[in-house]
This record gives sequence, C-alpha cells and structure tokens, in this order.
Amino acid sequence: MKFCPAPTPRLRYWRNSTLHNRKTSRRNVISRAFTRSETYLFIILFVLVAVVSIISPRFFTARNALQILRTSAFTGILSIGFLFVLIQGGLDISFTATATVAQYLMALALVSKGNVPILVVLLIPIAVGMLLGSVNAVLIHRLKAPSIIVAIANLNIYYGVLQIISGGTWIYNFPDWFDRVGKGFVFAFVDENGATFGLSYLTLIWIAVAIVAVVVLRYTKLGRHLFALGGNIEAARRSGLSLFRLRLFAYSFLGLLAGLAGIVQALDTQTVAPNALVGREFDVVAAVVLGGANIFGGAGSVGGTLLGVLLITVITNALTLLRIPAYWHQVFIGAVVLASISVTSLRALLARRKERIIDVR
Amino acid sequence: MREERSMGESRVHRSVMDSFIDFRNVSKFYPGVRALNNVDFAFEKGEIHCLVGENGSGKSTMIKIISGVIQPEPGATMVINGTRITAMHAKDAIDRGVRVIYQDLSLFPNLTVKENIAFGLYGDTRGPFVNWKAVEDRAVSAMRSIALELDLDRLVSSLSIAQQQLVEIAGSIIGDIKLLILDEPTASLTRVEVDRLFATIRTLKERGIATLFVSHKLNEIFEIAERVTVFRDGAKIGVFEPKELDQKKLVFLMTGQEVVSEPPKPVRSGAPELLRVEKLSRGGNYKDISFSVRAGEILGITGRLGSGRTELALSLFGMNPPESGSIFISGKRVRVHSNAAATRAGIAYVPENRLTQGLIMPQSILANITITILEKVIGAFRLLDHSRSESLSREWIERLSIKMPSLDAAVQTLSGGNQQKVVLSKWLATNPRILILDEPTVGIDVFAKDSVHRFVKQLAERGDIAIVLISDEVHEVLDNCHRILVMDRGRVLDEVLPGSDAEATLLEKFNLA
Amino acid sequence: MFAEFVKRYQSWHDRNQDIAALPWLLFVVLAIMTVATGGRFLRAHNITNLLAQMPELGLLSLAMMVPMVTAGINLSIISSANLTAVIMALFLKGVFPQGAGGGTTIIIIVGAIALGMIVSIVLGLLNGFLVGYVEVPAVLTTLGTMILYEGITLAITRGFVISSMPEAYLLIGNARILGLPIHMIIFLVVALVMAIIFHRRPYGRHLFFVGSNPTATAYSGVNVRRVLLKTYVISSVLAGIAAVVMLARFNSANARQGSSLLLSTVLICMLGGTDPFGGFGKVLGLVMAMVILQAVTNGLNLLGVRSFATVAIWGAMLVGVIAYRYYQHQKWERKRKQLQRARMQQ
Repeated sequence: MKFCPAPTPRLRYWRNSTLHNRKTSRRNVISRAFTRSETYLFIILFVLVAVVSIISPRFFTARNALQILRTSAFTGILSIGFLFVLIQGGLDISFTATATVAQYLMALALVSKGNVPILVVLLIPIAVGMLLGSVNAVLIHRLKAPSIIVAIANLNIYYGVLQIISGGTWIYNFPDWFDRVGKGFVFAFVDENGATFGLSYLTLIWIAVAIVAVVVLRYTKLGRHLFALGGNIEAARRSGLSLFRLRLFAYSFLGLLAGLAGIVQALDTQTVAPNALVGREFDVVAAVVLGGANIFGGAGSVGGTLLGVLLITVITNALTLLRIPAYWHQVFIGAVVLASISVTSLRALLARRKERIIDVR
Repeated sequence: MREERSMGESRVHRSVMDSFIDFRNVSKFYPGVRALNNVDFAFEKGEIHCLVGENGSGKSTMIKIISGVIQPEPGATMVINGTRITAMHAKDAIDRGVRVIYQDLSLFPNLTVKENIAFGLYGDTRGPFVNWKAVEDRAVSAMRSIALELDLDRLVSSLSIAQQQLVEIAGSIIGDIKLLILDEPTASLTRVEVDRLFATIRTLKERGIATLFVSHKLNEIFEIAERVTVFRDGAKIGVFEPKELDQKKLVFLMTGQEVVSEPPKPVRSGAPELLRVEKLSRGGNYKDISFSVRAGEILGITGRLGSGRTELALSLFGMNPPESGSIFISGKRVRVHSNAAATRAGIAYVPENRLTQGLIMPQSILANITITILEKVIGAFRLLDHSRSESLSREWIERLSIKMPSLDAAVQTLSGGNQQKVVLSKWLATNPRILILDEPTVGIDVFAKDSVHRFVKQLAERGDIAIVLISDEVHEVLDNCHRILVMDRGRVLDEVLPGSDAEATLLEKFNLA
Repeated sequence: MFAEFVKRYQSWHDRNQDIAALPWLLFVVLAIMTVATGGRFLRAHNITNLLAQMPELGLLSLAMMVPMVTAGINLSIISSANLTAVIMALFLKGVFPQGAGGGTTIIIIVGAIALGMIVSIVLGLLNGFLVGYVEVPAVLTTLGTMILYEGITLAITRGFVISSMPEAYLLIGNARILGLPIHMIIFLVVALVMAIIFHRRPYGRHLFFVGSNPTATAYSGVNVRRVLLKTYVISSVLAGIAAVVMLARFNSANARQGSSLLLSTVLICMLGGTDPFGGFGKVLGLVMAMVILQAVTNGLNLLGVRSFATVAIWGAMLVGVIAYRYYQHQKWERKRKQLQRARMQQ
C-alpha cells in the first residue's frame, strides 16, 4: 500500500520520456485565444443565447438576464471557492454540506428571541464555513488520502450532525430586514407592466467575490503560490513554500465562500432547510470544469468559471422557458458536463498523438 | 578557528583562503548504514568541480549536506566561504549563495518562463502583491546573463528539457550566488544542448561562481571538470586533476576493482538472419532505416538523444507504428500493430526507463517477472497456476543471479542492478527471438553493469536470439556489440565495426561523447 | 494441532498484513456490542436483521473496489444501480400478466434480470470508454455519469417511486435455500467469483498492475485501455446485481434510493485494505470490513442511536480508517527504507 500524494496525471503511458514537446513557434494573439477554453465557452454561450432567443422571445429580455444573474449567485460564489481548491491541486465536494451547516446556524440565530446583532448573525456562517474548511485542509494535508474520499467522509459527517441538531426542521419567518435585503437591487428598471426590477444585491455579492478572486489569483503572491503548488508540488516544497498554509488558505477560503453562499441562498429563498442544498455541488463542479480549470491543479481562471456558471444557468433557464419538464434538466446538465470533459481530454490526447519531435534530416 | 583549519592536513588544499567549501570529518549514519564516514570535502571559489561515485557511494548525501537538506553527525567541521557553520538548514545554504538544480528540475510547468525565473522574487519583496514589472525585469536580466533567449510569456511545459534546465539555471543565479550544484544535468540532453550547458557553466565561472557537477558520464567529466573528487562506499578516495585520469582509471577508483570486458564471441558462420528492417520511415521520428541482425549477433545502435533510436525501437515493438517500410522476422514479413502483437511475433523490448516503463515498483518480484507470460501459466479451469509461475520465476532469478529477500517482496526494495535483471527476466521469459535493449545499464553501478553485459553476451552465444543494444555510451556498444549503427537526426549515418580505431571514429567523426 | 494452527495463522498474517488486524477487530466489535446490548445483539432475530442488508452493501462495495484497485473510483454505482432497478421494475410491471403460470413467471423474471444486466453493461461501457479510451479522469467521468444516470432515472420515473413487484420476484429477497436467503447466496457466489478473478485470472492481475503503474503495464504488452473498459463494465454489472437484490428487498425502485450507501462502500473498501491509490485490495478484507461495519451500525441501532446519526458516525469512522491506514503505511515505509539501506550497505 502506498500513500503518496495523488499520482501526476495518470494514463500518460504513451508519452515516452524522450518525446517532449519541442514546438518553438511563436503563436500570434488570435491562435493563442483559440487555445483558451474561455474563448470556446464564450462562443458556445453566445450561440446558445442566440438560438434560445429566437425560439423563445421571453428569453432575451433585461428582466430574464437579471433573473439569471440573481439565481446564479449561489452557484457562482461556490464555484469561485471550488476553483481555488482545484488550482492548488485538491478536490472537495463537501462545500454544500458546509454551506448548509453554516446557513442553518445563521437561521437559528436569526429567529432566536435573544435579539442577536445583525453583524454577529452574518459572521456566524462565515466563521463556521472557515472552520469546517480548515478541518478539511488539516485532514487532507496530514493524512495524505485522496481528497475526494476525505470530502465524502466530511460531507456525511456535516449532514449527519446537522440532522441531529435540526431534527429535519425547516426554518422560515425571518425578520423583515432579511427579506428586504434578499429582494433588494440597484439600477432600477420599470418594464411595460409597471413592475420594477434591477441588479440584485445577491448578484453584487457574487461580482464582488469574483473581483476579489481575480485580484488574489492574478496580483498577489498568495495567488501565484497557489498556482505553483498546483503545478508542481515537489518544486513548491523545494522553494520553501508552506504547503500546509497554502492548503489551509484554499480550503478555508472555500469554506468562507460556502458560508457566504449559504447566506445568499437563504436571502434568495427566505427558508433554510437541512437538505435543500443536497446535490447542488454538481452544478458547481460542472461550472468550474466547463470553465476550463484543470482537475489536476495548476490551471483555471475566474473568467472561465463565471462563463461556466452562466452556461449552466442559461441551459436550465432555457429548458424551463422551452417547457421541457424539470425531470429532464439533470440529464442535460450531465450530458453537457460529460461532453465538455471529453472534449478537453480528447484535445489533450490528440495533441500528444501529433507530437513529432525529431527534425529528421 | 584558523588554527583548527590548519590542523587538518590535506595536500589538495592549495590555499585555505580560496576554499569556498571546506568540510572536515563529515559523517552521516542511517540505521544500519554509514552513508558518509569521516569524509573531508573541499573545493575553491569559482571552481568547476566534479563529484563522482557509484550509487550508494555517498555523493548525494554530501550534496544534501551542502545544501542543508540534511544535517551531518556531530563532530563535523563545516566552513563555507571562510565562515564556520555549526548547524546549516536549507535556508542558511541559500543565504550563503548555494543553489541546487536537481535532475528532475524544480519548475512549475503551468507558469510562464518569466514567473519561473523570478519566482524567488516573491520571497524577496515585501507586501502581499506581485510587481509584474519587477518580475519581468528580473527575468530579462537573468536570461541576459546566461545569453538565453526565450519568449517570456511561454509556458514552461511547452519547452524542451534543455530549455527548461536553462530556465532553472537562470532562475537560480539571481542574487548573491556563489555555488551552483548540478545533479546529473546531462542525463536527457542532446550533444548540442550539452555544449550549450557547458558554455553556460563556463560563463558562470567567469563571474566567480563555482559549479559542483555530479555525473556518471565520464567523458563529460573530463571535458568540463577542473578537478574531480571520487567517493566510494561513504569514503573519499581522492581528488584528481582530469589529466591524471582516464576512463579505466576512474572506473577503477570508483569501484575499487578492475572490470575487464571481453568482446562478444564471433557470430557462427551461416547463422540465419532473424530480423530485417527495410526502408522503415516515420515522419518526425526517423527515415529510411534498413538493417538486419543474425541469430547470435548483437547489433549496437548509438546516437545522441533525439537521434530517433528509441522511436525506432518502439516501432519494432509495435508501440509507435512506422508509416512506411517493412519488418521481416526470420524472412517473413510481419506487421506489429501493438506490443502484444510484437511479443507474439517474438520481439521483446527492455525500455530505457526502468522506474516508469520497465517495472511496477510496488508490486512483487513474482508479479513483475510473470506479467508478460500470464497467458502461458494458465492451468486447470483456465486459472493461473501459481506454483508454475513461482517455479518459472525462480528459474530466472537463478539464471540471472538476482539477489532478493523473497518472491513476494516489492521490486522497489531491490537495488538498481537487480531491478534491471528483473526487467530482463520478464522479457526473456517470453522466449523472444529478438531482444531489444534500450539503455539497459543506465543508473546501475559498474558491477551490475558488467554482470548485465556478461549475461547479454552469454545469451547471444546460445545462437538462437538476435540482440539489438541501444546506448548513448560509446564504450557500452564498443565492448559488447558485433556491429554498431550510428544514428543522427532520424537517419542511420554509418555502420562501424568495433576495433582499434572504432572509438576514435565514433568520438571524432560523429562527435559522440 | 494448536501449534499447527498458530503456524498457519502466522503465515497468513505475514502474507496479508493489510487485513490481518480485521479478524481481531471483528471479534472485539462483536464482543463489545454483545455486552453493551445485554445480549440482545446475539439473538437470532437480530442476526437475521444484521445479515439482511449485507448482500446489496457487499455487492455495491465490490463495485467500488474494482475501479479503486486500478487507482480509479466509481461514484456512479448508486445511480446506475437505481437506473437498472427502475428499468427492471418497469419491465416487470409492464409485462407481467395477471395470474401467469409458473413457466411464464420464470421466463419473465429471467428476462427482467437479463434486461437489467444489459442496461448495466451499457452504463458501464460509457464510463469505461471515457476513462480508458478518452482518458478522462475517473473522478470526473463518474461524477458526470452519476448526474446523468440519476437524471435519466428521474426523467423515466418523473420523480415517482415504482413499487409493487410481482410476488414471485420478491422471492429473491426473502426465500431461502438450505436455510440461507437467496440474496445472501447471490452475494457469496459473486464475492467468490470476484476473488478468483482478482487472484487467479490474468485480467485480475492486470487490474492491480494498472493500478500501480499504467505505463509499465502498457509496456509489458497489456492493453490498458481495454482493462479499464472492462473494469468499469464489471463495476457496473456488480451494481446491477445489487439492483436486482435491492428491487426484491424493497419491493420498489426510485431515482434517489440509497444515496448514503456511496459513503458506506468507500468506507468498507478502505477498511478492507483496498488502496485508494491503486494496486492493492482483497475481497476477504472487504467482506470482513463489511461485517464489522454492519455489526457496529446494527449495535448502535439497538442502543437507540438514530439512523441519521449513523451517517455521521460512518463519516467519522472513514476519517478514522484513513488515519489508521496512513499511520500503518508510514510504519511499513520506515521498515522498507531501513531494509533497503541495510541491503545497500552489504
């Protein structure tokens, strides 16, 4: 039995050690753009929006667009947290359980008669999320087990414990201010029916998280260290990076965002149920994978992730508008995810096949 | 402190003041093993110094001590650049200007050239943010200092190994660097690339930077080293100038014994031709390759990395299908679409990388030997006959005199030489008519090497097998083959017969090291 | 005779270090549970209860173990079992005529099972093709197919539960042959066949090789892609057999049945000595691990621990097992290094 860090990309067995990519040609900007999955994703999203708009005129309206942005906020916030974990070379699907625990504790505080200050109410889920996230980090770092298995364990512990605490009860009847924030928006529009709508606060939270994420990943040492760790763990160790601190950051950042997403989801639905988020992790995984992040770590972008989230929500939204029964939605999501990961893997496979390395004289 | 130094006698310390590294009485013990036993080791500022020794001689332990990765036993005196050091950790070594470049490199393939070069900058500057301008400036100046030209924004994963190595050197010579340690740096470089690397090392010397060069390629040592330290069994044998040494003497110093190599017995007259290759081509790999091998013959193929030798071997073994041309076995044309088909046709291939391609390290010796012949040890009810596979394995272990604790032990517990013998067993068990050996003795010590060579020659003497031996070590093919093909950039340039002037031909005409 | 037994045990222990602790653990668990429940644990009624769940759990754990040995994982076992069960249930309900005779009954039941196996094979082929031939990481592939298969089941059933199978079919879940329940016999036979495949068939050996080092396995003339394809087909078929048993025991099928079993299967594999990084695993270990965990769950139930608390406990136990395996491995690694150094010195 060997308990070493997960193997480097498996199944590269056709790649002989002498067959290295020796292409040296400098690519121009356009062809560089076409090596990025964001470009493809954007084109697919564009085509999809165009097609659905033609079929269903209700789709391409400001109102629907803003609605899509509002409903995406929950998945969107979690996706950014998941992206961080993926970039540093891990995998964690216990974040919906974290979000549920966090939002449930918040809801308990909200409806308690003790008049808990608003700030404390909002800090509870964030703190709980960070705590549970760091538990994941500690276990994965110390025990060197595949992170997916640790995640499966934690997922069940969190849900199980929550069931014990909650007894399965739903919580609603939140204070008025909580409802107002959930329905609040900026940039008010008035449509022909006289209804007002605008850019939801929930979307604003998502956008703020995305901006922070871009800054961290692109412009801070911490962000670059995360990429480095995901790219070559041994080199990261030799350069004196603290693997534990980086992992702790990534997983507790995901936990923090899970707490935040828990707040956002509670604001959106105004109810908190111990099992409401079960299964939602797949939307997140789907979005991030669609967004072009590398499952083995070291690559991924906030832009791609945002596009991935939008693509998933647009597909679901379009299916609803096209009156396809809700039972079929999951089939579409599953098929899209499988197609996208297959195309990614296939492209890598073909690129390796084509490698010709010797300049034969 | 000064007195203490002069007490230790050493004729190689020409001037104490000039020493960059001056270590005395260095020992390192592991449970049951003395990796280093009271060793003195020193070299001067700006010197290009080579450290040679067999596997297990203690040279990598010494490197680890110099770079602060491990600490020696108490009692060692360590002086770096005139300052005595009591305890040294990795960070202290870096602060004193010591940088190590490991064989497997320490780069981030998913990051760009500039970021890899300037990665240390993140630790050197204050504040949480990255200054991209400073990153670029530092990368440019570092690349300029070793005359390296590359697109700053290219991903390192798209570079060749040689380019990656230069990127790493560029990254490590930033700041106040005094010593660069290169661990087996030429293992996967082509000749041109080695020249480029050596030029870089000499440039560094002009800047007063010492290089400690660890290698097993003896001819390269003669080319670059100013002085050579030889280690054996955890002790220092001596320090030499390259002109005092030759290949034979150095091998003797490293092993403590003289290895005499006998040429293979001549091929029996009238021995049938077992393998013939005609006009084999594959775009981007090799072109118009034709040759034949007779039963009992050992054909050497030599050429630098990138000559297409391994790609050709993989084609014969069905793993890299040729685009045109034909392969004949015993005069019959065969098509090998897969290595399973090649094995059935009687071809066996011992791959160049024992660790990743040759063996399944965590699995047992038994499993590794029988992996190729599982279909043959099927007994009653179409189930595997364990006693038969065991007796077959024991037979090979005896024939190749493999030293092992038990058949159930994992292969990774064996020494390199014994591991290589397991690879040989697993392929000989298939009863091949054609055996292709790709770099069969890389990374194993001189004795194991010799025993592999003897075995291969004995095998050929049996007269029913044709052997193709691929190696970039000129002496390996000269001493063990009947004929030698020289390959370069995908073509066979010439055929050379071993003999008095063969070595000179290979070295000079084809510029092989 | 006792000395002979000790000698035999010693040799078994040396060859099976990864699972050698399990018999003792089993003994301790049984003892603790018997004492804690004041003997209720050992009553015939409870033992029957204890055994009842084992077949489907064991079959699903085997379905998890096979890909795990190749350093993969199959997260889609539960959803593919549910899809298989739903299709079989629809077939049984749609085709079964009122008051059919014995011969027709058997033909229809055999037909349903055959249909179930075909469905499983197709589901497994998709996983295996993606992992083996397209080289998509197993975690991603099976996460994707898990969503897809569950979605298809939802779409077919429109979210409803399909229940009331023909009486004759339910016999699989409650009839006995020679005192053993039929579903238990099915599990034991399948476990035996899997043990034989693992240890006595070339394909079984290939599984371990691929798990340890796919490159070297490919260089040895093994078609790694085909091995992986077969792996996921076998995994899916084992899940399909579990579906046959589950459909008979619950008398119903739906899209979200038994979703908590995924954790259980991973836990059983890990405790049973299957290495999640591939290359090692034993059916015997898996069976012992399953009995231990079932005994713990059952005992806790008797003690009044509620079922969702069990989920949390199982999760915590998985963390415990991971930790135990990690420290055990560290110990072996130290021993191995020491041996290696000693050998180098010679």
